[in-house]
Amino acid sequence: MDLTLHVWRQKGPKDKGRLTTYKATDISSDMSFLEMLDVVNEGLIKQGIEPIAFDHDCREGICGTCSQVINGDPHGPQARTTVCQLHMRQFKDGDEIYIEPWRSRAFPVIRDLVVDRSAMDRLMQAGGFVSVKTGGVPDANTILIPKDDAETAMDAAECIGCGACVAACPNGSAMLFVASKVGQLAKLPQGRAEAARRVCTMTDAMLEEGFGNCSNHYDCEAACPKGISVKFIAQLNREYFMALPKGHKEKN
Amino acid sequence: MILDGKCPSGPLANKWDTHRQTLKLVTPANKRKFKIIVVGTGLAGASAAATLGELGYRVEAFCYQDSPRRAHSIAAQGGINAAKNYPNDGDSIYRLFYDTIKGGDFRAREANVYRLAQISNAIIDQCVAQGVPFARDYAGYLENRSFGGAQVSRTFFARGQTGQQLLLGAYQALSCQIAAGSVKAFPRTEMLDLVLVDGQARGITVRDLTTGEIRCHAADAVILATGGYVNVFNLSTNAMGCSVTAAWRAHKKGALFANPCYTQIHPTCIPVSGDHQSKLTLMSESLRNDGRIWVPKKSGDTRLPQDIPETERDYYLERKYPSFGNLAPRDIASRAAKEVCDAGYGVGPGGRGVYLDFGDSIERLGEDAIRARYGNLFEMYERITDENAYRQPMRIYPAPHYSMGGLWVDYNLQSNVDGLFVLGEANFSDHGANRLGASALMQGLADGYFVIPYTIADYLARTTPGTIEDTHEAFRQSRQQVAQQTDRLLSINGRKTASEFHRELGDIMWEQVGMARSATRLTEALKRIPELRDEFWQNVRIPGSAQQLNQELEKAGRIADFLEFGELLARDALNREESCGGHFRVEHQTPDGEALRNDADFAYVAAWQYKGADQTPVLHKEPLTFENIELAVRSYK
Ligand SMILES: Cc1cc2nc3c(=O)[nH]c(=O)nc-3n(C[C@H](O)[C@H](O)[C@H](O)COP(=O)(O)OP(=O)(O)OC[C@H]3O[C@@H](n4cnc5c(N)ncnc54)[C@H](O)[C@@H]3O)c2cc1C
Ligand code: SF4
Ligand code: FES
Repeated sequence: MDLTLHVWRQKGPKDKGRLTTYKATDISSDMSFLEMLDVVNEGLIKQGIEPIAFDHDCREGICGTCSQVINGDPHGPQARTTVCQLHMRQFKDGDEIYIEPWRSRAFPVIRDLVVDRSAMDRLMQAGGFVSVKTGGVPDANTILIPKDDAETAMDAAECIGCGACVAACPNGSAMLFVASKVGQLAKLPQGRAEAARRVCTMTDAMLEEGFGNCSNHYDCEAACPKGISVKFIAQLNREYFMALPKGHKEKN
Repeated sequence: MILDGKCPSGPLANKWDTHRQTLKLVTPANKRKFKIIVVGTGLAGASAAATLGELGYRVEAFCYQDSPRRAHSIAAQGGINAAKNYPNDGDSIYRLFYDTIKGGDFRAREANVYRLAQISNAIIDQCVAQGVPFARDYAGYLENRSFGGAQVSRTFFARGQTGQQLLLGAYQALSCQIAAGSVKAFPRTEMLDLVLVDGQARGITVRDLTTGEIRCHAADAVILATGGYVNVFNLSTNAMGCSVTAAWRAHKKGALFANPCYTQIHPTCIPVSGDHQSKLTLMSESLRNDGRIWVPKKSGDTRLPQDIPETERDYYLERKYPSFGNLAPRDIASRAAKEVCDAGYGVGPGGRGVYLDFGDSIERLGEDAIRARYGNLFEMYERITDENAYRQPMRIYPAPHYSMGGLWVDYNLQSNVDGLFVLGEANFSDHGANRLGASALMQGLADGYFVIPYTIADYLARTTPGTIEDTHEAFRQSRQQVAQQTDRLLSINGRKTASEFHRELGDIMWEQVGMARSATRLTEALKRIPELRDEFWQNVRIPGSAQQLNQELEKAGRIADFLEFGELLARDALNREESCGGHFRVEHQTPDGEALRNDADFAYVAAWQYKGADQTPVLHKEPLTFENIELAVRSYK
């Protein structure tokens, strides 16, 4: 199939950036979206044009590196699918495709489709962990976890940290990302000890990093390639109100 | 030179304990005077960096991805082994040790493998304490599944995302240390050189991938945990950025490269669909618990799989290896698949595929049970192939997956270069000539959480902290050399893209140095790789500049290293006149086509020393001695 691409090109953080049009010809429906871009890039290189920069690594939908807004949707049209797992059979001959970077105050563009998501690492550093040190822990089977709780924790833990939820949110909120970690650890006895402090420090950090607040649009859930449920946002809110007095005291 | 792995003496079961008693310690107050560089934030690197940070050392952690959480360990699906024996099915530390050393075709060190088995249980405890959501049974206890090469169920798992969950555990421990200020992280930063001062590893030279800045970092010791090198085959299950670069540059500075020819071809990957293919996707080995592998008995049979009656199917693994059946180890299962496809029984495009069929299991357990176990894998399969594996069998084919070889290390995980330690897939130490499923995660975490904290202290205790700064002459030279290589790459301005060279190299490696190696093919590869390398340095085209994010430049640098390393891999394969594990020389096989080892002449680790560009490397040997087990013919029949 032949396609027309409108791709966001931006030389660096200070450049204004613009959409540039390219043709993608002879694309097979078995290609992944990124393989289609590889083909386009090889053509550009041969013409001496700098290829389109985009982030990617595993190409299996698990590392969370790939990050493109396709025709307005973070990760493109297929539900629960990262860009790297999106295949060209989702498109048809003659389609026009708009490809843009994640857009959000907290994610400055580095170049073309590549953005700086280090703010998400800093959210994790604010409390997205159990402060256990290596060694000196009890036998794994001394901590019993009801199967349902383990499953719910795993549902939340599937987050790949891609940031599509932020890109999809009109407020640029990282609520779903934070809620997935808060939700996972709050569900497990190992995480309970720090639950109150965690929910407070992580949500505070979210605002400090320039992410917006959550006003229940739920565009995040629709964009999330792992189908992380907004029920974890509700759980975060519950944890937050339970923790408010206690968590902030502990933090200070 | 005869190399010494420095394995402690004494009874196998006591070696690690007694050895630890002899290792020197660094007192708490002195720890913060030492700076340690950790390159790599996969399971091995993240666990090491976090643990060393907790202990009080000053740690700098590097990775090329935009976040430490994205290291390729994240992609591991199936699980992690441990000798807990929770299912009460006869497992023990000794049995895990024995399975692993047998699985590696008796080409690993006894002492290392035993230590790995001993440490395995503590890893599970640690991960659970961190909040890793392993699968549980209804009573709330941990669940296990079986994996290839074992007759017990000892594999712990978190759905089909075990690597992700273990890595997030380690990444979270790392994040905790970054917040505490003991670890400083440098993402989007690629190590391009190792810096030695007076023969000791004293730092690294890196390129900041965002700005292009070339910079040095000095330290008291350097740890490489930079993963595996099977992207030398171009198409593999590894992430696009996985490379041999860090290990290779260290090799060029004197670190020995051990057993590069030990590469693992994984039997169950989604077959290639066309020339555009950029990587191959693994379908976890755990699928072989419930899937049966077969091909039509009639060669060139074009009927749909569901139309081929039971009696006209050849379940070749079950037929050839009745006791392990579909759970035969990877090297064996891969070779068997290649054999049936070479003989014309393969299915799908080009006849390069075999069926992995869940029909029986779905009938026996119901579709829901299969969905609960492997739902995400079936979804992934459908996204890529547009086929529904609940309705028709998967098509799979072997693909390069893991590198058992790597930088040579002694029992302390120190390379032959003082102060350079190597962990995880980047070292060669524990898997011999073939790795069993679910044991790489175990090894990475064993190295990082429980071995390096002890052994690096012993090294540091014998040095004076902070004596070298990055203003030292050695750093200036290294920086200059790295900048020169970058400029040279950009100035070629040829006609072919870096990826084209990667594809050509991959073709040579797969055809001549892949699953069936022979002296003729290897000699051919040794001729063609240098030719391709020469062409690369005259004809590669990399647009853009060095002072910016330039992904083509990054890629070209990695391919330049593969073009040198591929030759060493082929040379090692040519030298090893035997078949063992993932290394199969067609000249050395039993009458029924199984690998034929030559213990008399090849029970050694081959460690290669770099002698300069276009010079023949020198082979050093570390003899493998087996005090506790008998070398046996590895049979899974
Ligand atoms: C698809 C897949 C599935 C797997 N499933 C399993 C499984 O079920 N069970 C199992 O036991 N094993 C499995 N394995 C194997 C296992 O995942 C790996 O061997 C293991 O995770 C490697 O960990 P590591 O820490 O050594 O390296 P990696 O996780 O590869 O990390 C390498 C790190 O080094 C960094 N790095 C590399 N080069 C440089 C450089 N030049 N400069 C700076 N940083 C650099 C990278 O950024 C990264 O942080 C699987 C592997 C794959 C590919
Ligand atoms: S919640 Fe979903 S969209 Fe947000 S970072 Fe996690 S995986 Fe990505
Ligand atoms: S590249 Fe890893 S999730 Fe897309």
